[in-house]
Amino acid sequence: MATTTHPVHPPLGPARAAWLLVTRSYTVYRQQWKLFLTGFLEPVFFLFSIGIGVGQLVADFEVGGQSIPYAEFVAPGMLAVSAFNGALMDSTYNVFFKLKYDKLYDQMLATPLTTSDIARGEILWGQLRGSSYSVAFLLLMWALGMLHSWTAILALPAALLIGFAFSAVCMAATTWMTSWQDFDKITLLQLPLFLFSATFFPITAYDGWLRWVVEVTPLYRGVVLCRELTLGQVGWESAVSVVYLVVMGLIGLAVVRRRLDTLLLT
Amino acid sequence: MPLYRVGAVTESMILARGLRKSFGDFEAVKGIDVDVRRGEAFGFLGPNGAGKSSTMRMIASVSPISGGSLQILGMDPATDGPAIRGRLGVCPQEDTLDNELNVRDNLYIYGRYFGIPKGEVNSRVDELLEFVSLTEKAKAKVEDLSGGMKRRLTIARSLVNRPDLLLLDEPTTGLDPQARHVLWDQLFRLKQAGVTLVITTHYMDEAEQLCDRLVVMDKGLIAAEGSPRQLIEEHSTREVTELRFGITDETNPHELIAEKVEDLGRLEVLPDRILVYSPDGEEVIAKVHERGLDPIGVLVRRSTLEDVFLKLTGRTLVD
Repeated sequence: MATTTHPVHPPLGPARAAWLLVTRSYTVYRQQWKLFLTGFLEPVFFLFSIGIGVGQLVADFEVGGQSIPYAEFVAPGMLAVSAFNGALMDSTYNVFFKLKYDKLYDQMLATPLTTSDIARGEILWGQLRGSSYSVAFLLLMWALGMLHSWTAILALPAALLIGFAFSAVCMAATTWMTSWQDFDKITLLQLPLFLFSATFFPITAYDGWLRWVVEVTPLYRGVVLCRELTLGQVGWESAVSVVYLVVMGLIGLAVVRRRLDTLLLT
Repeated sequence: MPLYRVGAVTESMILARGLRKSFGDFEAVKGIDVDVRRGEAFGFLGPNGAGKSSTMRMIASVSPISGGSLQILGMDPATDGPAIRGRLGVCPQEDTLDNELNVRDNLYIYGRYFGIPKGEVNSRVDELLEFVSLTEKAKAKVEDLSGGMKRRLTIARSLVNRPDLLLLDEPTTGLDPQARHVLWDQLFRLKQAGVTLVITTHYMDEAEQLCDRLVVMDKGLIAAEGSPRQLIEEHSTREVTELRFGITDETNPHELIAEKVEDLGRLEVLPDRILVYSPDGEEVIAKVHERGLDPIGVLVRRSTLEDVFLKLTGRTLVD
């Protein structure tokens, strides 16, 4: 137990620190992989029930001059939703629990880790959790022959981006929550985003200002981005979506860091 | 290993001057000077709300100071937080264990936060589990541990980086006597190994057992400073005589009896007994009997730190 002279380890760089937090979460979930199964299955059920089931009542229709079955319209939407749901679940409920009840971040701050490390690491984990559902979903789409272009491979980084944007913003929102009741507000936002982000019907269903509103919501940007990539219809609008999601994630990250400072370094 | 190493005696581990901490209008710490040297076991004593925990959080470099100056291991916590924390061990008042990880992973992952390589953490973890007698519980969930085991795990965790300075915020609060003694034994062994300890406590026996030097804090200020023996000498007498007079009533209150013995030393009149602080307890008893008083019980004991503490911080409840 000699404790006096020893080499002091150099502090972790930002990337290694973030990865270490991911390792921690991975260690926690290694034994609870079934939780991942439910997160993956939800959009799959929607694809089969609405996309393929209801799709039999719907004629093929045109997206960007391309005629596709309804199921193939819904599938990329569900791909984006996978990343959205996964990231949201982790960075709201789990983060709230760690912050308020488990005092996990207080524990981490007794080590060389900083609030920036915690923000980056936890957002990265939420992002990876969300995107892991998307990866599985993309494989399913591939198996069902729903991918129409090599650009579909870019749906992977797109899913990572969607995971990042929502993980960061949801974690930021969570830092203001005081009780479990506050999560009703999250559900209140989650459901309309899921239903109305051009997931089940095209944006052309909306007119005027309503259409404009939908077009600036984040999940819509994710859904159309995934659709453009799996159908091979990449254009300027795709770039807009990418920039939108990047900026959204970065703002979320900055807010999380500042909020953790306010809450934990008192 | 010697407690103090030659040449290291004067090295300041913690150096605070006029240190302040306020939360809005409330001033928790109102300007304190602290100097903790390498190898020392230093105690912060004080009632609840005295400012001990606020001071500890500033030292742990997770709470920005509101005024004065503070240096930890020669560094400024405002700018070198991570570097300081890399050399600290922190055992917080409430266990902040990672409830989602098992006992072993709690130590392993925590060690990795310090940037310690995997192999080194692994052997360190085995060593620590042994040290706190939790080797058999390595795979157990944290929530299945008893309060004492959790505390020991927290202590083990705080040692994973071989800290130069170990901060213990009320380490034995809530533990049963057996667990307290086991913990004291472990802390004593760490002290022997040359680790500088900083302990907050409101258990006087704990402070007397563990601390070379301590400060008594009250209402955000330092009320007294010294070794346990110095403090007793300065603020109390060698002996205390406790006189019990059975049930007293309005016609014969303690105050009336107290008037008859007030020249024998400093008095403290409590509902059930009168304490007389004087160097020689036997002499006090003899004089009490000479004056025709007939206590139903007498006890002569050595002054303790508790007497000093109560004298300095009062007997009133603080919430």
